[in-house]
Amino acid sequence: MSIKTAAVTGNEAASYALRQINPDVVAAYPITPQTELVQSFSEYVADGLVDTELITVESEHSAMSACVGAAAAGGRVMTATSANGLALMFEILFIAASNKLPIVMPVVNRALSGPINIHCDHGDTMAARDAGWIQIYSENAQEVYDNLIQAIRIAENMKVRLPVMVMFDGFIISHGIERVDYLDDATVRNFIGTYQPNHPLLDIDKPLTFGPLDLYDYYFEHKRQQAEDIKNSKPIILDVAREFKEISAREYGLFESYHLDDAETAIVVLSSAAGTAKAVVDELRDRGRKVGLLKPRVFRPFPYIEIAQALSHLKAIAILDRSVSFGSFGGPLFTEIRSAMVEFKKIPENFNIIFGLGGRDINEQDITGIYNQLDEVVKSGKVKERVQYLGVRD
Amino acid sequence: MNAIKKKGWKEIPKGGLILEAGNSEQYETGSWRSQRPVWDEQKCTHCMICWVYCPDSSIIVEEGRVKGIDYKHCKGCGICAAECPTKAIAMKDENEFREKEGV
Repeated sequence: MSIKTAAVTGNEAASYALRQINPDVVAAYPITPQTELVQSFSEYVADGLVDTELITVESEHSAMSACVGAAAAGGRVMTATSANGLALMFEILFIAASNKLPIVMPVVNRALSGPINIHCDHGDTMAARDAGWIQIYSENAQEVYDNLIQAIRIAENMKVRLPVMVMFDGFIISHGIERVDYLDDATVRNFIGTYQPNHPLLDIDKPLTFGPLDLYDYYFEHKRQQAEDIKNSKPIILDVAREFKEISAREYGLFESYHLDDAETAIVVLSSAAGTAKAVVDELRDRGRKVGLLKPRVFRPFPYIEIAQALSHLKAIAILDRSVSFGSFGGPLFTEIRSAMVEFKKIPENFNIIFGLGGRDINEQDITGIYNQLDEVVKSGKVKERVQYLGVRD
Repeated sequence: MNAIKKKGWKEIPKGGLILEAGNSEQYETGSWRSQRPVWDEQKCTHCMICWVYCPDSSIIVEEGRVKGIDYKHCKGCGICAAECPTKAIAMKDENEFREKEGV
């Protein structure tokens, strides 16, 4: 096993993973900030470094449709998108999942229109959270690379056979240059193995039907199967992480805890903002404050009991959502975690912070302010405002 | 007509796949019917117009003569009754039969 260290953007790290995975088919349409990812992969195709059939389709609806067709045919299939592109795929996302097609798709998180905005928030993938895909959020370029390789194994596991989205923050990660340790090609290819499709349409000796009419007499049973399969992916995700650690020495779980065990207060936040929050935790810990962080990695299936358990000893928590669920009680992460905490008798004081929409920065001062607010909540036992919008001008 | 025993979610192929070809006969669309065609053998001239028009191949014919209607697959569309030149087929409310048959 040799390791190559590179200074690359998140998009380049993703396309490097795609090259090593060497999918049979990639069908994609360019959209900012994903464009560079597929552009860089198309160079690998042009240079003959992969065997992939790259289909340059006319829209994301076609991209995901081509992926469904290619995956049903029996191929290992990938694509990539962002924001409005994901929205245009919406109809086919459900079809990919319900047909049990293990397509793997990096999604570079970007705000949905309108008004039109190209910068990061999680509104796009949060809107797709009930499509039946496994959803894995990445903090940095290294995690993008690692999660994509693991996603192939998770998606293709016989007990799972579901599509997987791997998310990372638009521009912040997709275009920022970071250090990434790459595994060598042979190690990655040995890790992911050869894909064995369950029921390939191209197996002409065994003709079968994909996507038949499924009415009130069986549709519900098929949805019940999907609910079970995505639930059962949880131990598989952990198994794959354990095996991945053996080849990479990097550790993954359903979520990451950072100085959480002896903490009194904590922030819960996804993706790149967790990196900023870790720097704040370090600084506050140096000053003797018992603060911690929980960064969910897997959002679907939501590890509700594990996360609620990991937070149960805290006095107060702030749950940060980089998306808004209009008309709901709070952001998607907040409502999931708050409802999961009911499983335990003692519920920490809690509030929700909606932040960073349309690429609005969240900095160390903002996060320090949230930890200060948590201290006030612990002192007074009162939450002033349950759902707050960070940094919005009045 | 008795309802077919439906399988549970653990017993059926995943993803809604149908794993063999040519099995649409096993899907008993007769359960969709709200009107039942009732055939009167006395009035029937075996002209085969119902057989030609039936979109679900539910007119049972043996040796060139109508023998009855396949209620497992007839959806009750009523085309046979509408087209029959001798009014040998009458459409009746399915509920009358279901009460009697205990379905």
